[in-house]
Amino acid sequence: MENIIAQKNLVDVLVVGGGISGIQASLDLANSGFKVYLIDKSPAIGGKMSQLDKTFPSNDCSMCIESPKFNECSRHPNITILTYTEVDTVKGKPGNFKVSLIRKPRYVIESKCTGCNICAEYCPVKVSDQYNQNLSTNKAVHIYFSQALPLIPYIDPEACLYLKDGSCAICEGVCKPGAIDLHQEEEIVDLEVGAIVLSPGFDTFNPKLRNDFGYGIFENVVTSLDYERILCSTGPYEGTIRRPSDKVHPHSIAWIQCVGSRQVIPGGNSYCSAVCCAYTQKQVILTKDHDAGMQATIFHNDIRAFGKDFERFYQRAENLPDVRFIRSYVSIGSEDPETRNVSIRYSTLDDGVKEEQFDMVVLSVGLEPPAGFQQIADTFGIELNSHGFCKVNPLNPIETTRPGVFIIGAFQGPLDIPESVAGAGGADALCSNILSYRRGDLSQERVYPPEKDVSEEEIRIGVVTCLCGANIGRVVDTPSVADYAGTLPNVVYSQENLFACSTENAQLIADAIVEHNLNRVVLAACTPRTHEPLFRDTCREAGLNQYFFEFANIREHCSWVHSKDKEGATEKAKDIIRMSVARAAHLEPLQEFQLPMTKIALVVGGGVGGMTSALNMAEVGYETYLLEKASDLGGNARRLHYTLDGVDVQPYLNDLVRKVYRHPRIHVSLDATILDVSGYVGNFVTRVQSEGRIKEILHGVAILATGADEHKPTEYLYGESDRVSTLLELEEKIINGDEAVTGAESMVMIQCVGCRQKDRNYCSRVCCSQSIKNALKLKEINPQIDITIIFRDMRTYGLKEDYYREAADNNIKFIRYEPDGKPVVETATLESGKPGLKITVPDPVLGKMLELEAEQVALAAAVIPSASSQEMAKHFKVAMSPDGFFQEAHVKLRPVDFAADGIFLCGLAHYPKHLSETISQAYGAAGRAINLLTGDSVTASGAVCEVNENDCVSCGACITACTYGAIEFHDTPKGKKATVNPILCKGDGLCNAKCPTQAIRLMHYTDEEIFSQIDASNPDADIDSCRNCPGLGRRQE
Amino acid sequence: MAFVLRALAGGADGVFIGGCWLGECHYVTEGNYDALSMRHLTRKVLELIGINPGRLRLEWISGSEGMRYAEVMNDFGRQLKGFGPIGVGEGLDKETLKLKFQAVSKILPYLKLVERERLRVRFKTEEEYDNFYDSEEVNSLIRELVGEKLAISQITTLLEQNPLSTREISDSLHIKPAEVSRYLNSSARQGLVRYDEEMKRYAVA
Repeated sequence: MENIIAQKNLVDVLVVGGGISGIQASLDLANSGFKVYLIDKSPAIGGKMSQLDKTFPSNDCSMCIESPKFNECSRHPNITILTYTEVDTVKGKPGNFKVSLIRKPRYVIESKCTGCNICAEYCPVKVSDQYNQNLSTNKAVHIYFSQALPLIPYIDPEACLYLKDGSCAICEGVCKPGAIDLHQEEEIVDLEVGAIVLSPGFDTFNPKLRNDFGYGIFENVVTSLDYERILCSTGPYEGTIRRPSDKVHPHSIAWIQCVGSRQVIPGGNSYCSAVCCAYTQKQVILTKDHDAGMQATIFHNDIRAFGKDFERFYQRAENLPDVRFIRSYVSIGSEDPETRNVSIRYSTLDDGVKEEQFDMVVLSVGLEPPAGFQQIADTFGIELNSHGFCKVNPLNPIETTRPGVFIIGAFQGPLDIPESVAGAGGADALCSNILSYRRGDLSQERVYPPEKDVSEEEIRIGVVTCLCGANIGRVVDTPSVADYAGTLPNVVYSQENLFACSTENAQLIADAIVEHNLNRVVLAACTPRTHEPLFRDTCREAGLNQYFFEFANIREHCSWVHSKDKEGATEKAKDIIRMSVARAAHLEPLQEFQLPMTKIALVVGGGVGGMTSALNMAEVGYETYLLEKASDLGGNARRLHYTLDGVDVQPYLNDLVRKVYRHPRIHVSLDATILDVSGYVGNFVTRVQSEGRIKEILHGVAILATGADEHKPTEYLYGESDRVSTLLELEEKIINGDEAVTGAESMVMIQCVGCRQKDRNYCSRVCCSQSIKNALKLKEINPQIDITIIFRDMRTYGLKEDYYREAADNNIKFIRYEPDGKPVVETATLESGKPGLKITVPDPVLGKMLELEAEQVALAAAVIPSASSQEMAKHFKVAMSPDGFFQEAHVKLRPVDFAADGIFLCGLAHYPKHLSETISQAYGAAGRAINLLTGDSVTASGAVCEVNENDCVSCGACITACTYGAIEFHDTPKGKKATVNPILCKGDGLCNAKCPTQAIRLMHYTDEEIFSQIDASNPDADIDSCRNCPGLGRRQE
Repeated sequence: MAFVLRALAGGADGVFIGGCWLGECHYVTEGNYDALSMRHLTRKVLELIGINPGRLRLEWISGSEGMRYAEVMNDFGRQLKGFGPIGVGEGLDKETLKLKFQAVSKILPYLKLVERERLRVRFKTEEEYDNFYDSEEVNSLIRELVGEKLAISQITTLLEQNPLSTREISDSLHIKPAEVSRYLNSSARQGLVRYDEEMKRYAVA
């Protein structure tokens, strides 16, 4: 800590709040050449995401995908992390803020602490464990959670006996390094900062204040965040589902939705919290995974499955056996004094009011602004909205009201993880905009020790068996596994490790490599999908080529799936490790490629998304080509005129278009068609035909923002009656003052036209709010108009809920329909004698057919993928989701990246979204692109194919197999031979399987490596005889 | 195919291949279509050497279908238990089994050529692949192009150990004597084997 103070406290960006958005923003900013301070008021970074068990809709383990980022932050030379730290004052202006931080005393000297946890073992005082939602206890001195960064305990001053009355100082005595300092005082750190990114996150609604549904009175009523901890293997019950009162497995659980949300009564929040429907479905799915016989009941209002893949996720939960989704408001009856079960009263249309007992009740609590939000606003000099969230500019949701202070994450309003992460990229883009003049001045390069040459060494394999807390250790007998690993050929070192991925323990592995002179490392732990980059890096830090690292997954493959068969899981872990050790012996050091970066961007699609990202990249200083297939810029926004939050869209759009046309670094091509795309990250070549000319664009990155279309309905008399229009057509008619619409006495709107059905199994996200927007507009023009909205679930998520209420208050009527009881639209003569339409729909409340009259009908038609997206997917070789939208690299943590390097996405082409959301995502994509553009080179994997020309018979089998175009013939003195361009090669292993002479090897997955692994799968195999099989092995060398 | 054979030769009772659903491959090369084709061919080859083709199973299971994966694996496990240990279930002794796998591995480069020249198809659905590989045309092609090569490969591999009579060959390889003599004649013409008049037995040339 002392050296932190000693440094000149000049910082490019201060990130306030170390949840996932703050972490990602720090990484993005640091990678694009800025020096970052990341601070958090908690004793560790991680935020709310670190408390979640899994994340929807992919059910990835939350900590497992977040903790590698802790590590990345802590290892980054341009990031300084200060935890237990708050901002005291902020003065100055963009480029030169003077910020004063308060470091709260944790009574532990960070530089001396080794994280051994002895202090906590000896501490006599038990406190309830905040990280576990007070469901378990911890000590007055403890590490916040097992994978915490920093892995340093803190002392709770409220509970510590010494700090209360000086009566105990055991920890001081037992701490060998002398790291305990019970006299530590708070410390002021002054910084000079260029820009500030606020990411203070959210708090969950606290039902204890009003004892909602008996919370705080009945022990078996828990919040959804409590339940996340209960589900989690690092939670209070080590991942077995128990209820708090008697720690017994519950057999029936009820979830109650919208707790604290969508309420106008005092103490509630009027908005929708946007994430609870999906997280509840996730909890139901996970609960059923834990216990297939569990009776799960969800009492809900509208199901708001508005996000990408949420509709399918909802169906998945709904279709599980013994899962009931019941649309009903509920009240808690009582707690059975003997069983401690909780009874719930609810009512259904079929059965009327019922009362039912449940073993346990989970309250799906909503999101709120973080505690002390008013103080945050005062400290940073920013304004808040009426709910206490940060006030944002709808046309740039990352801006606060104070220039140079940006906002990302759930303090913008209720958001889920991908939106928070995309926002982080956006913060990078906007900080780049104001700080690009000083980029790189304060930053440092990561320096690795020189790589040692091990080619002449005997093989020395180190095996580390990770317990993953209790995740692996609880099931797999890790001591016996580690002992066994020590007996395997070539293994010279075998150790257990509690959490190999924690920063400190990863360092231990690096130390072991040096100390025991290891030249291969096998880690028996979790999955390479999330953790391989981290441990490859660990090898590099110890001077070992990163391709000498081998992962054996004994968590997913052993402890998780065979949790009920401990012996079997242990045996399987040994088998897997034996195979990995066999493979490790054959691993070869590989070099990655440094590819030069062409510092030019290409943006495909001239709608708001494409223009916003193009303009941002140009303003930051990069030449940008913008392609638009139509004859003018604007895209779908041309058809939008007003938004719910009061934006007049056309002036904004015209201004944006003007800025884009005028920017000297943006080169716009209209009527553009892409003829072909070749190359790879850093070096793409795109041939474009535009206005009769063909040009070739060299570019380093690409952003695909090809938008979407409005579905042309095939039902409800659309196209047959001019009284039936889609929402966009309606908006056009309203703005043009079409008398038939603005003067109509009655209007019916029908939701979910063309989606949430078999062939388009997704929700178009925007239509509910768009209908409400137009309904309110019509009411404003003509207060007498009678409007009915026929809907399935009103999905006015987040702060848009207020407008739904406003519509209801304005006498706009809402009728719900089921997909098997769709409304029917017919032409008719209205009661008034005028011609019009008759709409018949079954009314679920009244249980009979309802007939409505309307002069006009508006259809909320689905948002469908545009044809150009399909075309671009082919040109750029990027993936599409089953619904035809672009598929991001990782739904949670890489929401604007494609899996293919150097290509990014934003806007409607990714999934339907509102204008603000497109803008936010466009900045996110620009930020990610800038991240690459700032570097002089990019790195490509070494796991690529290689041709042995002597064996190549020029048959061309490999060339036809490779649609990446990575293989070509080239002339040699011995004739044409295949050659692989390692930069284009994705290492998918197709060509080498086709090669009849085994002339192609896929590096890192060579036949020797795989064969040795296969052979080792059978402990008793007669391996030598297999090796002698000619042809079965690789050609004998 | 080499990996599958390697595993079976090494004593595995079955090999399972999991892949993403057709059309959902993460690579634009969409190798899962190729895998499906190879599955068909490999099973035909296993059948030709008298190994239960059910020992190789390929299923499409996406990353989010954990439950399905568990079900499939349990089912495959039950299936394999029903088949019995490899070789035992087929009534083949260890030596013969080893010999048969050696024989296949020898002709792997040839099989790749057959696949490339005659079986390289790209359909959209799994059903089309099933129909293609079930068709008489493909079956007779495999009999002619692969069956004979494989039988000769087995015979020559066997004869490398020591010269044998037609009957002895037939007994150890479980191939009908008439077929054995047909293959011996054709291999003799190709100069692969010769009849040793003294020993009254066939030997490698």
